[in-house]
Parts: sequence; C-alpha cells; structure tokens
Amino acid sequence: MKTLVSVENLKMYFPVTKGLFIKRRVGTVRAVDDVSFTVEKGEILGLVGESGCGKSTTGRAILQLYRPTAGRVVFNGTELTRLKPKALVPFRRHFQIIFQDPYASLNPRMTVGSIVAEPLVTHERALRRRAREDRVKEILSLVGLSPRMIRRYPHEFSGGQRQRIGIARALALHPEFVVADEPVSALDVSVQAQILNLMMELREKLSLTILFIAHDLSVVKHMSDRVAVMYLGKIVEIAPFKALYASPRHPYTEALLSSVPIPDPRVEKSRDRVVLKGDVPSPLNPPSGCHFHTRCPIAEERCRIEAPALVQIGGSGTGHFAACHFAAE
Amino acid sequence: MAEVGDVILSVCDLRTHFRGEEGIVKAVDGVSFDLRRGGVLGIVGESGSGKSVTNLSILRLIPDPPGRIVGGEILFHRQNLLSVTDAEMRKVRGNRISMIFQDPMTSLNPYLTVGRQLTEVLEEHFAASPADARRQSIDMLARVGIPEPENRIDQYPHQFSGGMRQRVMIAMALLCKPEILIADEPTTAVDVTIQAQILDLIGSLRRDLGTAVILVTHDLGVVAGMADEILVMYAGRVVERGTADDIFHRPSHPYTLGLLRSIPRLDTSESRLVPIRGTPPDLARLDAGCPFRPRCDFAEARCSESYPPTRTVGAATHEAACFVDPATAPTTTPRAEVEP
Amino acid sequence: MNARVTNGKPIVDNFDEIHGTSLWADAWRRLRKHKLAVAGGAFLGFVVVFCFLGPMVVGWVWGYTYESQNLAYGAQPPSFAHWFGTDFLGRDLMVRVMHGGRISLMVGVVATIVSLFIGVTYGAISGFAGGVTDNIMMRVVDVLYTLPYMFIVILLVVIFGRSIFMVFVGIGGVLWLTMARLVRGQVLSLKHRDYVEAARAIGVPNLTIIFRHLVPNAMGPIIVLSTLTIPSVMLQEAFLSFLGLGVQPPASSWGLLVAEGAQSMVFYPWLLVFPAAFLALTLLSLNFLGDGLRDALDPKTRKD
Repeated sequence: MKTLVSVENLKMYFPVTKGLFIKRRVGTVRAVDDVSFTVEKGEILGLVGESGCGKSTTGRAILQLYRPTAGRVVFNGTELTRLKPKALVPFRRHFQIIFQDPYASLNPRMTVGSIVAEPLVTHERALRRRAREDRVKEILSLVGLSPRMIRRYPHEFSGGQRQRIGIARALALHPEFVVADEPVSALDVSVQAQILNLMMELREKLSLTILFIAHDLSVVKHMSDRVAVMYLGKIVEIAPFKALYASPRHPYTEALLSSVPIPDPRVEKSRDRVVLKGDVPSPLNPPSGCHFHTRCPIAEERCRIEAPALVQIGGSGTGHFAACHFAAE
Repeated sequence: MAEVGDVILSVCDLRTHFRGEEGIVKAVDGVSFDLRRGGVLGIVGESGSGKSVTNLSILRLIPDPPGRIVGGEILFHRQNLLSVTDAEMRKVRGNRISMIFQDPMTSLNPYLTVGRQLTEVLEEHFAASPADARRQSIDMLARVGIPEPENRIDQYPHQFSGGMRQRVMIAMALLCKPEILIADEPTTAVDVTIQAQILDLIGSLRRDLGTAVILVTHDLGVVAGMADEILVMYAGRVVERGTADDIFHRPSHPYTLGLLRSIPRLDTSESRLVPIRGTPPDLARLDAGCPFRPRCDFAEARCSESYPPTRTVGAATHEAACFVDPATAPTTTPRAEVEP
Repeated sequence: MNARVTNGKPIVDNFDEIHGTSLWADAWRRLRKHKLAVAGGAFLGFVVVFCFLGPMVVGWVWGYTYESQNLAYGAQPPSFAHWFGTDFLGRDLMVRVMHGGRISLMVGVVATIVSLFIGVTYGAISGFAGGVTDNIMMRVVDVLYTLPYMFIVILLVVIFGRSIFMVFVGIGGVLWLTMARLVRGQVLSLKHRDYVEAARAIGVPNLTIIFRHLVPNAMGPIIVLSTLTIPSVMLQEAFLSFLGLGVQPPASSWGLLVAEGAQSMVFYPWLLVFPAAFLALTLLSLNFLGDGLRDALDPKTRKD
C-alpha cells in the first residue's frame, strides 16, 4: 500500500488573547499537539475522541483550512504546509471535506445545482454551462438524489438529503482524499445508515481514501479499517480496529470502548463497565506528563512526570501503536 | 435493586396537537403508558416522533398557542393532572415530578450561582432555612459526583463543563426527592465517557431513592441497559411497547426492526447496514393510514386504509401496532435505493 | 416547465426540473401577509407615480408647471382648479408637492444606495479580513462616528455653497458608517459557517466568497436597515431645508415646503397640511415596510 497522506509532528495552537486594541496573548490552546500518522491509499482511517480532543482540528489542519503552527502535511508527495495559499488552490481539488451539520454546511441562498457546481466553476473553468450542468446531474444521481432537484433550495430537503448534497459537492471533482467530519452524528438514527452505506458505496466506486472523524465508536468501527484514538490533542492509540477492540492497550481506549452502550439488553447486563472519573481537562492547561493521568485508573507517579511516546506494540508489522507507559503489560 | 412497585403515573390516550402554518400537527396522538414506582420507562423515537412533547404534556409545559392538549388523561396518584389548577400544577412540577433537559445551559440561569439556584428550589417548595438549604444542596451536589461541592456551589454555570452542568441539573431535579424524574435526552449533548457516568448516576438514584424514571432518547443503546419497559414512538404514536428483551430480541413492528438493523453495533461485525429508506413523515400531512408505510418493507394495501390496531405479541406486555408480524411475514416491496 | 430549445431540439431532461422556492420567494410570501407593510408599499407606489408622473398629467390638463406663477391667484385655498390650493406667488401647490417629493425621494434613495455600496463593501471586507485589518478599519469608522455630522454638513454647505449635491455627500458620507458596522457584524457571524469553510476547502477566491456566500446571507438585515435609512435621510433633508441649508428655490422639497408653510400656518393652513401629510405618510409607510421586511426576512421566523 502506498501512503497518500502523511502527517508529521502536526501542531495546531490557537492563541487566547485579551484586550480590545492591543491584544495580549494570555494563553495557548493546544488543540493538536504533536500528532503524526499516515493515511494509506484506499483505506478509511477512523479518528475518534471526545469533543475538544482536537480530532476536527486535525482534519481541517490537514486540508490547510487552518495553517498548522508546526509540523508537515505531505499529500501525495507534495508538502502542503510549505505552499502559499495561492499555490495551494490547484491542489484543493484532490482533497475535500464533508461536514457534520447538513443545515449549516449548505448556503441557504443557493440552489442545489449551484452548490454542487461551485467546485467545477472554481477548478474547471473551461467547462461550458451545459456540460457543467450535466456533470452536476450525474453527481446528484451518484449520491442518490434525483437530478430534477437541481433548481431547488437546501431548505426544501430533509437532513439526510442535505447530507447527500454536501457529499455531492465534496465529490464533484473526484478527489482522492476526503475528510468526513462526523458526517452522520447530526442525522436521525433511521437515516444514518443510508449515509454510511452511501459513503461505503462511493468509496468503492471512486476508490476514495477517507479520514473518518467521529465520536461514536460503533460508527467508526463499521466504517474504518484502522482507528486512531485522540485525547487532549494527542493520539493515544492507533491500530487496525479488530486489534483495538480485542486488546486495547491504552486505558483511555478501554474506557471509551466500554462506555459505548450496546443495543442489546442481555449484553448490557453482563458487561463490566469502566466508568472514568471526572471530566476532560481543559486543553488550555493540560495536565503534565501523560495528559490522561488525572482520570486514569492505573496511573502511577511516573505518569505525572513523563509523557509516554507512541510506540509499536507486539513487534513490528502489527501496526498497533499506543502511548502508555504500561502498554506492553 | 429496589422493587418496582405500584403504578404512580398513568397516561391514557394523550393527544397533543399544534396549530401550524400548514394545518394541525398531531405531535402526540393517542399515547398511553403506566409508570411504576422505581421503574424505568424508556421512550425511543426520532426527532418529530412526539417523545419530547409527550413529556412536556405530562408537566403541562406545552406552549399554548400554538400547542394544546386536546385529549386524554394524565393520572398521577389517580389525580388527573390535566384538570388541576395552575397553582396545584406548580406544586407538582419540579417538586414531585422533575425534568432534566438535553441542554443544561438553557435551564440554568447564567446570572445566578449554582448554589443560589439550588437553594431557591428548597426555600420555595419546603420553606427550608437558608443554612439548611445550603447544606442540603451541597449534599446533593456531592451525591451527583461533583468534586469539592463546598467550593463549587458558589460558582456560576459557565464555570462548569458540559458534563458537570448536566450533573448540576440532575442535582436540581432531585433536590425535592421527586417521585418521577423525566430525563429528556440527558446524554445527547455529552461525550460517551460522561454519558456512562450520567447513566450510572441515574441508575443508582433509582436504586437508592426509588425514583421512577422516564428516559427519553433516540439512542437504542442507552435504553437497552437501563429500561424495564420501552415504548417505540413514530409520528406521534406508540408503535411498539414491551420489555427491553421483547423490543431487542423479538422486534414486532417493522420500524423497530428497521431501527435495530440500521445501527452499527460495537460488539458484532455486520458487513453492511440495512437502512430504513426515505425520511420521517411531515406530521401536518398524515392520512388515516399507517404513517410508516412509505418506508415499510411489509406494507400492504390495507396499511393505507386505516391505522393498524394494536396486537399482542407473545407475552401480554408486548404489543405492536401493525397488521403483520415482521418476524414471519414476507417483505412486500423490493428495496429501492433512490429517494424521491 | 422550462423546456429550453437548442438547435431546434428540446432538451427533454429539463422538462422535469422542479423549481424550488428560494428564501426570497418565501420572504415575499410572508411579506404579503403583513397588512401594514402591504399598505405601506401600496402608498409608496402611489407616491412614486404621483410625484414622477403627476407633473406631466397636470401640465397636460391644466397647463402649469411648478414654476408657473400667477400673482393674481396668490394663496388660494384648495379649489377645483388647484386641488391643493396655491402659494403666495400663485403657484399650484399640488405640482410643487409633486416636485418636492421627487427631490425628497431621490435624496432618500440615492443617499441610501450610496451608503449601501460603501457600507456593504467596507463592512464585508473588514469583517472577512479580521485581525489587524479589521481593527484598523473599524477604528476609522469609530473616529468618523464621533464627528458631529450636522456640523460637517453645515461646513460643507458653507464652503461649497448650497447645493443638493452637498446634501447627498453630507448625508451619504455619514450613513454608510452604520451600514458598515451592521455588515461587519453579520459577516463575522457568518464567516465561520460550514458553507463558507466548504468554499474555502474548494479554493474559491476570497472576494467571491464575500459576494457569493457572505453578503447574500447578510442581505436580510441590510435590506431592513436600508428601508429604515431612507426615511431618516428624508427627515434630515427636510431638517436641512427647514434650516435653509438644503434645496434652493424655485426647486423644492417636502422639507422646504413644510418650512414655508409653517410660517403662515395660522392663515393659510393648506400650505402646511399637504406637504406635511405627504412627508409624514411616506415616512410612516417606509417604516411599516421596514417592519414587515424585518419580520419576513428574519431567519428566526423561518421554518427549516
């Protein structure tokens, strides 16, 4: 397999400022703090974590919607982090994003046709109006919408249909890489499966590589080949899903897995649940050493001082990495 | 676990309608259920299924206009809450029946300290002395798992994280030791690890205090481990009811079956999900037939003629409102993928 | 159905396209339900026709213009020949009200359009750019705000002489400040919406983002503010004319006519009543229309 996206030591810090005229910097939110991973061509990499863990920021920093504070993002051999905004534009057609909220992600004043056509207008200027419209119709049918809807407005569609429109816009230029930022968490339960199935189908048809960001592990499990778990701006564990589920090596992953309710009363009754104490600390002032030590059931003195590195578990080639001092045990 | 006791709340044929721009919206249309002391009733449904309106109706919190409870009875200890005066209702609300909402920020006053809001409840309902109210409030905050309650009681809501705010809400709801706690999507706005904490908390309160709980959610996983009885709602009606085992292991309404097949599960591996096609209906445009039929794999001609009667499945506690039993009936429609 | 025909062949595909209702169409439907706004709009339509076509009709029927004097018929009360009566110089008041209305309406509309263009562009760029640029641009607005604008107008008139052009410059130069602030605020709240982010992910140029995604979505409040700006401009023009700083005779405006009429309101009340009634009713209508537009365009009343 070939690496399509490689993220190296990515850091995304946001300054917290005070003052009206002269802004003083009073702190830094380390939304993404030294994250490295790769996305292989053709795979779906799941990125899970709770709100505020930096998973969305990571996705957006890869797409250069935020310019990272430090680190490199290499896409297909090109170092995106070194390109100037103007130079970046032609590359944008190769990586796109699908948003969480289907109500906020479509411009309410534009017709569905012009929303989906926007990438074509921007990147394929030679395309005539007629040809462009044909392309739009083709994409709409690809995502399961009738091409007859081209002159309608977003507010006339249901949540699931709007999400299809968002997907159509992202795929209009046949990108290689798509960041799907919680694409189903705002949808009704009965509609979520439609969108998940659609994404799976499109992945096959268009040989997409996807970074699938979600907080719901069951959804991530269904979609992803590999899963990366984030906590407070860092990746704590990354592994093929089967290995992660069967033997989580980071206590946070374990807690996360056991917190997910399973829709089966018999299974639920017999489960042992690891219920974490306390809340996620603020990324403005993360704990010293291992960020997780304040909530960790197995933390020791060492964890408060020394931050664990992400190391491969069980020999090379397993692809199972965890950042815990006790991961090997 | 505390014994599940006698019926304390009985809702009969509740109907709540809203006057909308496009006609009457029957948000709740004939919902009935019993809640027993110490029991947990789960109400599952999607947005627009009427699950939240049902609970707001119980507390008579429906904004009128445009909403109106047009029929039914809500018997709380055999007294019909729909016929008591507003003053009497205020004594019940927040005191004997409490509610917690999805978004704690909307129900906490940002300009008052958490302590002020808690003690106010006690001083109002029980005429407790300020010192006594404060002590009880601190106890309750400790009980819902807020660290250092003596200090945090003097903080403002924005100084609490989302999960902590939800706990404060629960503390507030439980201060008067209500007989019934209505939890409307209590974990939708919080993360899974916090969700586990809050569900744990609700479970232990029910065990220790014998509080009956109505747990409203769209997440089947949440009710699976918590509820004794589950109602599945669709388009303002209860389409299936039964014990958790009935619902999850012998789903008897095509909608319930569809829901179960369309959600990915962490512990099993399904290669492909089977979605329910189409989208939830527009409540202003319902006809006499079954509102689920355009999305149903088992729809027959009679489904468009009248609403199907409730049918008992196996045990007497298990009912479904459908002409057919999806466990045995053949599917009638080929699965079409393209939406209209 | 919009079957288009190219090279003689109808394109069958387009037969079935379903046209949606845009939010504008939706707002229009709601506006029509607002009785006061409809009444206001209807009256404004009448005033525009009255002022811009009226003088022609009068000239054609009775044969006089706003300048035609007939001293023998000075200060006549309303009659069949002169519906609104005449002034001291025997000029027909109705024609003078029509002409005055032209000026008043034009001052209102033109100054508002000027403020619209400057304000929207300035505000949108400031809000979208953010950071230091935004800070500097907004401080400039703050400084201009602190200048007493009536003083500036008076100064302009004193330096450049009295002309209607100076009135435009004076009023328009100040009005855009409010518009710029409004638009900046809107843009700030809109620019982090996902659809803007989507456009950035696609690589849409910044100016296109501003005018395709941001400004159209801020249009509701912009339209409302404009509708409410027109009457305030008209009122200010009336005020300047009342002080003798605005329109110069023999040209006229409602403000000037009211000023003249006020001097003799005890003996010749019609000289005050007619122009004042037109001015007041027009201002009222614009306000009603603005209120109706606000209700119709407010996203909170929109059902999604």
